Amino acid sequence: MTNKSLPRPLPASIDATVALLAEGQYLADRSLATVLYLALKMGRPLFLEGEAGVGKTEIAKVLSATLKRRLIRLQCYEGLDISAAVYEWNYAAQMIAIRAAEAEGEQDRERLERDVFSERFLIKRPLLQALEPDASGAPVLLIDEIDRTDEAFEAFLLEVLSDFQITIPELGTVKAAQPPAVIITSNRTREIHDALKRRCLYHWLAYPSAERELAIVRSKVPGVSKRLSEQVVAFVQALRKQDVFKSPGVAETLDWAAALSELDVVALDPATVSDTLGVLLKYQDDIAKLEGSKVKELLDEVKSEMRAAE
Amino acid sequence: MAETNGRLAENIIYFARALRAAGIPVGPGAVLDALAAVDTAGVGTRDDFYWTLHAVFVKRHEHSVLFDQAFRIFFRRRGYLDQLMAMMLPQAPSTPRPPEAGATRIQEALFSGLDDKLKKQQEIELDTRMTVSDREVLQRKDFAQMTNAEIAAAKDAIKRLVLPLAEVRTRRLAPHPRGHLIDIRRTLRSSFKGGGDFIDLRFVGPKSRPPPVVALLDISGSMSQYSRIFLHFLHALTDTRKRVSTFLFGTRLTNVTRALRERDPDDALASCSAVVPDWSGGTRIASSLHAFNKLWARRVLTQGPVVLLITDGLERDADDNLAFEIDRLHRSCRRLVWLNPLLRFEGFEARARGIKTMLPYVDEFRPIHNLESIGALVASMQPGRGAGADPKAWMQKVA
Repeated sequence: MTNKSLPRPLPASIDATVALLAEGQYLADRSLATVLYLALKMGRPLFLEGEAGVGKTEIAKVLSATLKRRLIRLQCYEGLDISAAVYEWNYAAQMIAIRAAEAEGEQDRERLERDVFSERFLIKRPLLQALEPDASGAPVLLIDEIDRTDEAFEAFLLEVLSDFQITIPELGTVKAAQPPAVIITSNRTREIHDALKRRCLYHWLAYPSAERELAIVRSKVPGVSKRLSEQVVAFVQALRKQDVFKSPGVAETLDWAAALSELDVVALDPATVSDTLGVLLKYQDDIAKLEGSKVKELLDEVKSEMRAAE
Repeated sequence: MAETNGRLAENIIYFARALRAAGIPVGPGAVLDALAAVDTAGVGTRDDFYWTLHAVFVKRHEHSVLFDQAFRIFFRRRGYLDQLMAMMLPQAPSTPRPPEAGATRIQEALFSGLDDKLKKQQEIELDTRMTVSDREVLQRKDFAQMTNAEIAAAKDAIKRLVLPLAEVRTRRLAPHPRGHLIDIRRTLRSSFKGGGDFIDLRFVGPKSRPPPVVALLDISGSMSQYSRIFLHFLHALTDTRKRVSTFLFGTRLTNVTRALRERDPDDALASCSAVVPDWSGGTRIASSLHAFNKLWARRVLTQGPVVLLITDGLERDADDNLAFEIDRLHRSCRRLVWLNPLLRFEGFEARARGIKTMLPYVDEFRPIHNLESIGALVASMQPGRGAGADPKAWMQKVA
């Protein structure tokens, strides 16, 4: 095995964690780096909650890319069950094996059952895959949008998250030699049970400050001029203070900056903002509330504040 | 080092206790975690220490504020944190501090002082609420205790309660004798029993379960005489069914779901009363609904809930805002049911402006003729008695 395929060791301090995330172009604040560092070091799952588009899922992706570990993603949805999330038996292969055994005159029923319920016939789903030893180190397991699934599924997770093991009745208990780095995200469309949260380190991911958001825009959309990116960030920050149903997230800011740069916009003006408002706001009520004079008002406010700061 | 660690551990334990007093549920497991976390991260800067403890102790976003206050008060005293850091830093001079006289007493004072401070802070908050509006009457509510017979009758009635959409199909599958999908796992298992000669098919079908219930209960002055019976009803409902969220509103919106989870109905109502500052005041339906739509709708209106809106609809400022908010509420739930106790009076007509504004947006408009018992309340909600439930009929009456 060459050095290249060896996984990177986990960061050794909070500063190293900030640096690691920055390497993957993720500009994290100190609080997030602290909790992430602790989660990695203590081998505890990290439970991230926050509005849509603040970069919850991105953390797992960046972590897997910078640590050079496999990313295993479990996207949650209503009705998600063991056979889709943990494991399933390959029934077709099992039936063939049984018929073949019968054709050979196999009489021992117990042995037949043992053979059929062996690892050969096991289909591994994300949670089980995450517990397997991997040449590139323990993988990063992303359990995305856990609030989309129902309460029943949370119960499946308890054993996995506290002991990093899964019990398969026919086979026994599978335990991870090295616990995976687990990131769980939730948009808080419902409350997750305390029993599950208790096993994790919790962090609320808030909207970034203006300086951080500006830095994010500059690093992710490098083509945008300094002046425009400042205006974009100031406008979005002002918009978040408005009484809108869904405030734009960082993802929307980036989309907007990219959209404006595609349109060769140099500086914001009311008409352009109104035309591209759909990139930022996703509810018609919110768009209707802002269109027209309100946009101009906000923009003037933002511009005068920027002039004052200069 | 052992001594410093000991002191650190002691302080974290005290701090955890302070958090518990402030209302953050912190178990012994969390304290152990905190010790491990501080050990892992080290005590670097004040910020790092803060976020390290935050990572372990805070499990809900709303606890962040409490944690912040407790942390500042607890570690502000006598530059304690600076001392602590000086002790923990490797390059710090290793002069062992002699145990100060009465160190334990100081700890005690520190701890009891915190309690007072938190209390004072809460009082101050209350004071500011008093000044918000003169229309808001802030008062606590005393409920008459519930008798055993009443409790038994209530439970009995709730068992018979059939809410609209009693059961909805979920996407989860369960064994079902006439299901539409073959359950290969169980089929194969059972065929082994017979040696694999016969394959007896087993089926699964969609599981059905009661949808979540979200109740919005008006506790303004005009509704005050009914709030006890409705709260008992909601408590019994919370007790028998999963996924029931309850919000009270008068001039402001309060989530009392956790308070209603207390087993004993009297305890539940008492803790409800303790968290709600605006009993029997005015009504601001539009702004309460706005608060609900903005802050809570995305969190509790998932998985297709039935929303019970319990109000007399007597709103002072019935304007476009009210229509807008109720429309949004209607669009984000499976079924919006309005229970109106005003309808118990003979010859009631939906003339009040608030009622007229809200009527077009509800799916069911349920009169409650008798509010003397939960049994009667439950009876008035039976689907069979739907003749008077169509909001259109009420709208035509006044038109």
